[in-house]
Formats: sequence, structure tokens, C-alpha cells
Amino acid sequence: MIDTSVVLGKLTLKNPVLVASGTFGYGDECLDLVDVSRLGGIITKSLSLKPRIGNPPPRIVETASGMLNSIGLANIGVEKFISEKLPVLRKLDTKIIVNIAGSTIGEYEEILLQLEQQDGIDGYEVNVSCPNVKEGGLSFGTECDTTAEITRRLRKLTSKTIIIKLTPNVTRISDFARAVADEGADAVSLINTLVGMAVDIRSRKPKLSTMTGGLSGPAIKPIALAKVYEVAKAVNIPIIGIGGIMSANDAIEFLLVGATAVQIGTANFIDPAIGLRVIDGIIGFCEQNNFKSMCDIIGAMRI
Amino acid sequence: MLHNFYPITEISQIGENIFTLTFRSPEMASEVRPGQFINIRVNDSSTPLLRRPFSIYHVDRGKIQILFNTIGGGTKILSGKNIREFLDVIGPLGKPFTSNGNFKLAILVAGGMGVASLPFLTTSLTNHGISIETFLGARTSNQLVTKYLKNVHIATDDGSEGYHGTVVEMLLEYFRQNKSIRPMIFACGPPPMLRKISAIADDFNFPCELSIESVMACGIGICQGCPVERVDSEKKYSLVCKDGPVFNSKTIRIKADD
Repeated sequence: MIDTSVVLGKLTLKNPVLVASGTFGYGDECLDLVDVSRLGGIITKSLSLKPRIGNPPPRIVETASGMLNSIGLANIGVEKFISEKLPVLRKLDTKIIVNIAGSTIGEYEEILLQLEQQDGIDGYEVNVSCPNVKEGGLSFGTECDTTAEITRRLRKLTSKTIIIKLTPNVTRISDFARAVADEGADAVSLINTLVGMAVDIRSRKPKLSTMTGGLSGPAIKPIALAKVYEVAKAVNIPIIGIGGIMSANDAIEFLLVGATAVQIGTANFIDPAIGLRVIDGIIGFCEQNNFKSMCDIIGAMRI
Repeated sequence: MLHNFYPITEISQIGENIFTLTFRSPEMASEVRPGQFINIRVNDSSTPLLRRPFSIYHVDRGKIQILFNTIGGGTKILSGKNIREFLDVIGPLGKPFTSNGNFKLAILVAGGMGVASLPFLTTSLTNHGISIETFLGARTSNQLVTKYLKNVHIATDDGSEGYHGTVVEMLLEYFRQNKSIRPMIFACGPPPMLRKISAIADDFNFPCELSIESVMACGIGICQGCPVERVDSEKKYSLVCKDGPVFNSKTIRIKADD
């Protein structure tokens, strides 16, 4: 029997496979197609203080082995999440990590305070890196001081696991990881999407209404791996690897370079049950290699 | 909603770059309703990465048929599939047409590949005893697909068959000549056509349902990638994949350049 559990701060996951924010709805939409109790955890769609309608269409464009999105944090807001979604999520036998996104530091605090009064939340992922909104989002995540400040202020408000989701759209991502680790973050997750663009040459118009969007999918996996490797050398807190995972082999690469867990994002759009296949594949890999636990894989790249 | 692999039983070319593909899925065939769609993964590589949505063209004895134009890479791959290969399908998805309501005559309007959702609707309306007049527009005659349809009026842009002009102009003429009718309109096609049909339905005060196409990433309402603007006091969006693809024409706003 292989021990697939991993620890993120105060949180123990039954396995290292999570579904990434914004790629699994609020967690209740996929219950028809996926046995979510087999997942390590669900990261919800980003919640803002008030509902957001999101950006005008077009919001999606497919690119070579990837896609650009500019959803603009369309979400139902924290209040409706608590009344409509949380009662369903609470009953699921998996960890629920709520992703939060403020347009001011005060808003992050307010969202977290509202969620702290609720049962059934196992941790928070803090989105300081959305490239598709005007205020907050990436403008926070590309300033090391602000990212650290958000972490410091939220740390005071909760003892639950705090994960800071980092953007690759900076000069040195490891500086940001170090800064949030110093402020008491339990873990970092990376990478969020890369800023990208596509143009329709026939109409000569940008293919997204907001000009640029966030690139995800297998196209970004090599970049994501390099960033996780960089951050793994810089900090001692757990890292959650994200970026283009389409298979168990992809996930294992992230674990080998030093990720404690992984998030599956874009692949959920193509196969909502991919997370379960990735878990099965990781277990199979452990069996083949006679590994007893995840500790045998995490950071076990031979150099 | 089902997600499974189903055997392909037929692929045929029926027009210039136009194909039909049939697969066997009794469970999906018994669940699906006219206007709904399915989301197909055309291969397991990352080119193309995302699934492709298709209207249900025809349903017969446990088999589902789709109709498509090989304009993009995904549909080209699909047209090259072999019989007995298995197809990765999620569906049925979305909200269906209202095929039994307080109307005795249905006007079906399609432009281009919009015709793909009409045959299945025709079957359902016929089963409910509703009369049908179908208005089809195409660029040219070898782009026309009229199988399974009833009382078809044809318009081609180049005049190679039927009315020389757009399907919208042909429909307007029909309404002017048949002043006493009180039909329900069902329309599927490119956004400029749907926008005009919606305006005509308003002018004549006919109820109207539009089937909208959109780029989609997931097709099941989780990615929020396919918004269509709602006609509300405040600006809001519905999702084409989950709240549609069929909408009452009075509830949405189609932009001219969509």
C-alpha cells in the first residue's frame, strides 16, 4: 500500500492532486462526471467580495498546444458562495481550498473574515496574479512588497493553511516566494498564466476583447517546471506545481523537481475526470519503482 | 450528461467540404433533445487542445449523427476518422429548443452550417403535430443540406439555386405575403443573420428562439469562457454552453460584429 498523502502547512491531502482555480467551477458542477472524493482537493473559482460579471467576449482563444483566457474573474461573490455553494462542498470527502481575489488589500481581508466564520473550508489560496482584471490582480502580484503585505495581513486573520498563488510575469519568481514564506505563508502555488496575445489577421482584430490574456495548457509546462525548480531551491515551504499538466507523467515531473503537490487546470476543460487518472498514474509509477510514499518522489530528480 | 467513448458507424461527404458522422450511443440518444449539443475530443494530442462543440443533426435508433464543415483543423481530423474507431464524447449539453408550445406553425431558419440543428428539431416538431416551413440560406448550391427537412425554401448568395439573396430577405418577403400566420421562429446561423432574425421577430411580434454558436473551452459551464450579453437593466452575461445554446431572442443581445 502506497502512502499518497502530502502535507501543506496544517493541511494533509489524501494525495497530491488538486484541481486548479477557475477550471473546476465551484466544485459542485462536475459531480455528475467525477468522483471528487478521490481528489486531493478542490481549489474553487476565485471569489471576490462582490459578484463580478467578467470581461466581454471573446474571452477564450485556442493557441498552439494551449489557450488564452480573459475571463476577468467572473464569479458569484463571497456571500452567494457561502449560501449556495459551501453547503454542497462541505459534504464532499475532499479538501476545500477557497481561492480569494481582492481589488484592494482591505478586500482580501474582508473576504477572508467572512469565510473564517464558516465551517467546511480547509484552506485558502490567494490570487495575487490574475492578468485579466484592471485593479488588483497582477498589479499586486508583480510587486514584491505588496504581495508580502497581503500575506502578512491575511496571516493575522487565520490559522488555516494559506497558499499564495504566484505569477510568472515577474523577473525573479523566487524573490516573491521568499517574501511570502517570510511572512508566514504555508505554501506557494505556481505558475499562474503567462500574459499572451493573439491577433486575427483577416479582421486585423485582437482575438480577445481585452487584447491580452493568460496563456495556459501544455505550451507552458516547460516554463512552469523551470519556475518550480527555481522556487524549490529558494524556499523551504511546500510548492504546488501548476502549468500544463495533461497526464500523470507531467505531474510526476513537477514532483521530481520539488513540488509537494500539483494542480490540474486547463486539462479539466478537456476531461473533467483527468485528476483521477493522474492519481492512478502516480500510484502506478510508485508501484513500478517500489516507492512507498510521496517523499520518495518529491524533489527526487537526479542531478 | 455522459462522458464516454462511442463507436463511429458512418462518415460520409455530402457536399463541398461538408460531412456527416454517426456514432452509436443508445444511452445518449435516449437522453438528447433538439437544440442540445455534444463536445467531441477529435484526438488525444494537444493539437487541437480543446474539444469541439457540435449540434445534434439527427438521432435514429440509438445512433447520433452530426453535420460539419471541414473549415478548421479539428473538423478535418474528424472527417478522416474510420468506421469502428471510438469517439470521445461529452453530452448531451445545453438547453434544448421549445418543441412543443402554444404554436401550430414553426418557421425554421438557418444560414450556412446552422442547418445542423434543424433536422432533429423537425422530427420533434412533427411528432407534436406542428406544421413546418424551413428557410435555408447558403453561399452557393453545393453548400445546401436539405435532408430530413420539410417544406424547404432556398436562398443562395450567388443565385445558383432558389432565391437570389439572403435567407433573411427571403423570409421577410414570405412574412409580407402571408400576413395571417402566427408562427414560432427557430433560427440558427451566423451572428449577423441571428441579429436580423431577432429584429424581424420583434417587428412581427412572433416568439423566437435563437441557437447561438460560440468558442468554448469546457462546454459544461465551468470555464466561463462563452458569455453572451443579456438584455437586462444591468449589464450581465449568460453562458452559451449552459444557459444556451438556445435562447429566447428577447433575452439576449447579439452584437453586429460577433
